[in-house]
Amino acid sequence: MSAKAQGANEFRVGRVELPWSTAFSISKKNIMVRFGRAMITAAGIMLGIAFLVSVFTSKAILMGSGEPPSPEQETRQTWLIVMSLLVCSVGICNSMFMSVTERFREIGTMKCLGAVDAFVVKLFLLESGMLGLLGSLIGAIAGFLVVCVVHLLKRQLGQIASMDWAYFGMGLVEALVIGMLLSMAATIAPAVKAARLPPAAALRTDV
Amino acid sequence: MATSAAANHSQMLEDYVVRTRGLTKIYVMGGEELHALDNVALDIKRGEYISIMGPSGSGKSTLFNMIGGLDKPTSGTVYINETDMAQLDAAELAWIRCRTVGYIFQTFNLIPVMTAIENVTLPMVFAGRTPDEQLQRGKELLELVGLGDRLYHRPSELSGGQQQRVAIARAFANDPAIILADEPTANLDLRTGKEIIELLRTLNEERGVTVISATHDLHMIDISDRVVWVRDGKIDKIEDRQSVDVKVGHVDWEDQYRPTN
Ligand SMILES: Nc1ncnc2c1ncn2[C@@H]1O[C@H](COP(=O)(O)OP(=O)(O)OP(=O)(O)O)[C@@H](O)[C@H]1O
Ligand SMILES: [Mg+2]
Repeated sequence: MSAKAQGANEFRVGRVELPWSTAFSISKKNIMVRFGRAMITAAGIMLGIAFLVSVFTSKAILMGSGEPPSPEQETRQTWLIVMSLLVCSVGICNSMFMSVTERFREIGTMKCLGAVDAFVVKLFLLESGMLGLLGSLIGAIAGFLVVCVVHLLKRQLGQIASMDWAYFGMGLVEALVIGMLLSMAATIAPAVKAARLPPAAALRTDV
Repeated sequence: MATSAAANHSQMLEDYVVRTRGLTKIYVMGGEELHALDNVALDIKRGEYISIMGPSGSGKSTLFNMIGGLDKPTSGTVYINETDMAQLDAAELAWIRCRTVGYIFQTFNLIPVMTAIENVTLPMVFAGRTPDEQLQRGKELLELVGLGDRLYHRPSELSGGQQQRVAIARAFANDPAIILADEPTANLDLRTGKEIIELLRTLNEERGVTVISATHDLHMIDISDRVVWVRDGKIDKIEDRQSVDVKVGHVDWEDQYRPTN
């Protein structure tokens, strides 16, 4: 370790960097260490995706029963899906906005240590993507289980077994991708806004 | 003759690590202009320990933010190592914050989810050092500030004084030319504050780093090379150590803080 401070003669201006591997591990740490807080943020995603997956499951059951859904049922299903996506978006936007805002000081600190705006956005996008995927997975399991329980109570568990699994599988993947993308999309605006603040302003904010 | 004059000139330039000219920051609030900094010209020599004193609201933090490139002045210029900060783009400014300036705050500002060693190595990540280098330097720095046995503690598991030591280690991560400290002892008890100040002074003497510290702490005056008094956004007066010692009545500075050898 060179024990002397820089002199002017060795002074030059270069570029800072943040490797993907480090960014990934920092984002993961942010979720793991604040797991309780992260789950509260993810609650909006879980709820929305649970709703979405339960709708997909019901439709898969309907399709597995042999008789094609009536146009009436089709419209109702579409409406339910649109509704659940809306619930999802609102919940996620809200949670992500809060989780960025309560970390302004941290963002200011990172910028003092040499982070450029893009690092901050990168970290928040990675974090929200991972959180979105995790939340969606939990939500999807919950949504599927709820439908199972309902059918169990109605003593129609057989219908689950005979549902259109291919359709269900596609719906599941769709739901996970939607949950992840929604939570990333909801993070972009507040993260970019926070990253653009001069460090002094970000540090001054108390939440 | 000409060459020696040129050498002289460059030596003179090299002497100042920070220079400000006509530095002004105006906040507009409710239609009224507030001159938080008003035409400040300040030259700081390499290796100096400077205290910035002044009443609350006098503009100390504003000056800190301008010198550290944390905010843009309304007008005027800050030169760091003779580089005009206003000429730099965002990435270059980030580089200066990363490599040339180390920041220490009243509220410590450690990243809460990171351990002490992770906090200290973060600036080295940005600076592009290898993981081995990061770990080795991080450990050395934490040992240097007396926290060799707290590498893997999170900020919430450390006392205020310990957190500030981690922050000091972090500020030194990339061997900066300048340490900027904004009331580093304000949240610490008297004794811990004194220890922190002594640590900063020792690092200043051993490493030749320039320390610029805004403070209310009179203890800080005793060990400063110069004290800059700020009032209403202007420099009121600048005192060097001799006159400060007489004024404050501490003639025992020599015995207390000179390294004994
Ligand atoms: N973001 C801001 N918007 C408006 N006014 C501001 C802002 N930041 C600082 N000021 C004003 O600028 C002046 C100087 O503030 P500054 O924080 O630099 O004072 P200070 O000397 O650091 O005070 P203290 O010792 O209390 O920390 C104050 O009058 C303050 O109200
Ligand atoms: Mg202040």
